[in-house]
Amino acid sequence: MSRKRKLMKVYPIEENCISCRYCEVACTMVHSESKDPVKAYKLENLLPRATVEVKEAVSLSLMCRHCKHPFCFDACISGAIMVDENGKVNLDEEKCVGCWNCVLVCPFGAAHPMIREEKRHSFKCDLCGDRGFPACVEACPNRALIYDFER
Amino acid sequence: MLFKKPQVAFYPFMVLRDDYKCVRCKSCVDQCSFDATYYDEDLNMIMNHHENCVNCKRCEAFCPTDAIKVVKNPSTFHPDANWTPEAIRDIHVQMLTGAVILTSTGNDKPIKNYFDHLLLDACQVTNPPIDPLREPMELKTFIGRKTDQLQFDSDGVSIKTTIGKQLELEIPVLFSAMSYGSINLNLQKAMAIACREFGTYWNTGEGGLHKSLREFKDHTIVQVASGRFGVDLEYLETSAAIEIKIGQGAKPGIGGHLPGEKVNEGIAETRMIPVGSDAISPAPHHDIYSIEDLRQLIYALKEATNYEKPVFVKIAAVHNVAAIACGIAHAGADAIAIDGVRGGTGATPKSLRDHVGIPIEMAIAAVDDRLRKEGLRNEVSLIAAGGFRSAVDVLKAIALGADAVYIGTVAKLAAGCTQCQQCHTGRCAWGITTNNPKLAKRLNPDIVAENLYNLLRAWAHDIKELLGAMGINAIESIKGNRLRLRSWGLTEQENKILGVLPAGM
Repeated sequence: MSRKRKLMKVYPIEENCISCRYCEVACTMVHSESKDPVKAYKLENLLPRATVEVKEAVSLSLMCRHCKHPFCFDACISGAIMVDENGKVNLDEEKCVGCWNCVLVCPFGAAHPMIREEKRHSFKCDLCGDRGFPACVEACPNRALIYDFER
Repeated sequence: MLFKKPQVAFYPFMVLRDDYKCVRCKSCVDQCSFDATYYDEDLNMIMNHHENCVNCKRCEAFCPTDAIKVVKNPSTFHPDANWTPEAIRDIHVQMLTGAVILTSTGNDKPIKNYFDHLLLDACQVTNPPIDPLREPMELKTFIGRKTDQLQFDSDGVSIKTTIGKQLELEIPVLFSAMSYGSINLNLQKAMAIACREFGTYWNTGEGGLHKSLREFKDHTIVQVASGRFGVDLEYLETSAAIEIKIGQGAKPGIGGHLPGEKVNEGIAETRMIPVGSDAISPAPHHDIYSIEDLRQLIYALKEATNYEKPVFVKIAAVHNVAAIACGIAHAGADAIAIDGVRGGTGATPKSLRDHVGIPIEMAIAAVDDRLRKEGLRNEVSLIAAGGFRSAVDVLKAIALGADAVYIGTVAKLAAGCTQCQQCHTGRCAWGITTNNPKLAKRLNPDIVAENLYNLLRAWAHDIKELLGAMGINAIESIKGNRLRLRSWGLTEQENKILGVLPAGM
């Protein structure tokens, strides 16, 4: 018995993905302090939460799938990963202790480790929570990403 | 350069990268289909093989931080008006390869563009202009044979004469023949969608009609060329009109060659040839050696389709174009398409592209004149092709005597083309003239269909504005109306051929 969740998430369309990495750079930019893509990479040492997977003609942008039964949630030892009432999987980077359990168990490779001097923590797609609309979808030049209710 | 011939170092373009702005996203590496860009892991830097760069600007367009500019190589040969860099490089290529230089797109030489020497009229005081935003303006164009005279019923209103099948265009612009193989299915689909939405026609080219595009039947012109690829009864019937291709402006007098390595399963099925076999279109139709032979083919196609489809004949504008067009009219064609010297192609020897044929402006004027003199003008429509850049060019061509205009390069530009002249390599980084699945998916048919629709809409507005200024409310009223044209900077002889008066007269 599956219940439809009231969750909007980002769906990649493989046939349209041209592996241009706009989603990656847009993601890094909007999650930075400076909101500048160059500074985000070079001064803030940020990395994208969406990653473009390419193999010959096949390519697609991959980010957190906000699973119904998130392995990362089960594996998290610090309570940093929480699932909200709609089913969105949130990761609290402050609470995260950097044990990399989520990184290991994520079947999509959508949780990434961030190693910095001041703090270790994992990070993943937050559907641009405070922005309202996912930056990757907005940036995609070939309509290869759509933001839609869960199917 | 190590392990290379010395002349390779004289490459024409360079990729300049602002290393500070480069965030190493490697988008450019992935986008470049000419192996001009690569990532060096040890240096953590994006590097270039400048000699491979063709100036397609794909990397420039897709650099998210605007760190790339493709520029002309500042290192030049000694300035020489005769031995231009192009002339020198061509010699280098031929001395190294021993081959004909292949190229694509249209003629890039500064051949006089007569459209730029023609000026349109406007109304002042005595005859008022029309505001197209307030008053109806008619761009509807019918392509096909018009009857010699109309007979009316006794009521004086109903027409008794049977009028042959006509193509009905909402704008006197159609998309030129570009075959599946030379371009990919995505662009064909985009053109088909745009045509259905706007009300005009696209042309399959000589490569057959893919089964996925059969739903666009009513907006498709199917082409029968010397290779007869994909031609069967179903193909002929899945169309609004049939076009016999005799010649092409970019390569008059020669056929075509789609190399076997490009013939994938889709192309093979559509062209009805084995996968991986060369698709060769002979220079002549082997069954056409005279106007009578052409007449036989025209009527064979008409018979096969129950006289329900208009039959066009497409030729390149060559020296005797007027006489040839007359012959085609006598042979029974419903429309003649003429492709001028600036017409584009997916592959042609450079010498032919740049030096064979005559400008379309002269050809339109000459053909229109001759057809009128022979009393044949109503029997055929005249479609001009080859290097049309804007709505103004279209209107000037119609004023010179064309009924409609074919646009090909414009459709390609609307799909992202940057005119880098590499169509023949099959490596188009914009995913237009390639069937490599990785590259072809770069062209999203839905997006390009919207672009093409916008373009047609913009051109329709443009033409309406110009017509309004001339005080004309229907495109029919400007057709062949050379009195509304004036020329500047042309010789007496040129004015005579074009049939226009110089400005001031």
